Amino acid sequence: MKVRIFVTLKDGVLDPQGKAIHHALESLDFSGVNDVRAGKLIELDLDPSVSREEIEKMCDKLLANTVIENYDIEMPEAAPGTVS
Amino acid sequence: MQSAVIVFPGSNCDRDMAVALETVSGQKPHMVWHGDSELPAGLDVIAIPGGFSYGDYLRSGAMASRSNIIKPVIEAANRGVKILGVCNGFQILTETGLLPGALMRNSNIHFVCKDAELDVVNTDTIFTSGYDSNAPITIPVAHHDGNFFADDETLDRLENQNQIVFRYRNDINGSSRNIAGIINEAGNVLGMMPHPERAIDKKHGGTDGLALFESLLG
Repeated sequence: MKVRIFVTLKDGVLDPQGKAIHHALESLDFSGVNDVRAGKLIELDLDPSVSREEIEKMCDKLLANTVIENYDIEMPEAAPGTVS
Repeated sequence: MQSAVIVFPGSNCDRDMAVALETVSGQKPHMVWHGDSELPAGLDVIAIPGGFSYGDYLRSGAMASRSNIIKPVIEAANRGVKILGVCNGFQILTETGLLPGALMRNSNIHFVCKDAELDVVNTDTIFTSGYDSNAPITIPVAHHDGNFFADDETLDRLENQNQIVFRYRNDINGSSRNIAGIINEAGNVLGMMPHPERAIDKKHGGTDGLALFESLLG
């Protein structure tokens, strides 16, 4: 099964990359962009036997640094294009 | 005085660190490869050098902090062996949890490579006893991810327990409270972004890093 992990910076943590992207969008004359936050998408191809609990452990131990980052796990049941 | 330098794929200050340790202690350090799962016996000091271990994949220091050698390094730290992490070494120490906080992308997103003026905020440590707290020092920095972040509660605790050891005199990377280096509660693990091993010889342009190695190895 394909599982997608979205890793994002916690609220309140300054995101220099997001700021730079925001600035670049403005310099391309796109208006109405209020804020930009950049993150990571990690796709895992897992045996169906792997539990959500196990995936959370993977996130806590390696995939995200929970001092500064949050993660969302998107399991295959979720409707396409949505973030759990 | 037995010392070791941990070498990861992508470390690039390991030899400078070895030269600094040998120059001051008179003894060659052991160079220990990341894939080893044991440290040489009887170490007094372990240095985790600068560089770009594992190409900074995932996060700076993330992969290195899960490599084989880290488990014995953590055990050594808990036994009281002195650990010095410089630049990527500091990032690795935060990723292992031996030091609190995290090192994020510099706030201006530029790689910063220059001499930085530092205040030695705490001279009452085994790493900094040779410094004078009233005399700022100049040590080179070279990093992209040196922006120290921790929540306010952690920052207050670091401050109240005198765990902030070095502060930038000017904001060069967005670090919370201008933090350039911190020490653990037990006082045997120091992480810092500036490179003291690049300032031990007049030919380097300065020798302000020397006192750190003299304090540590003396």
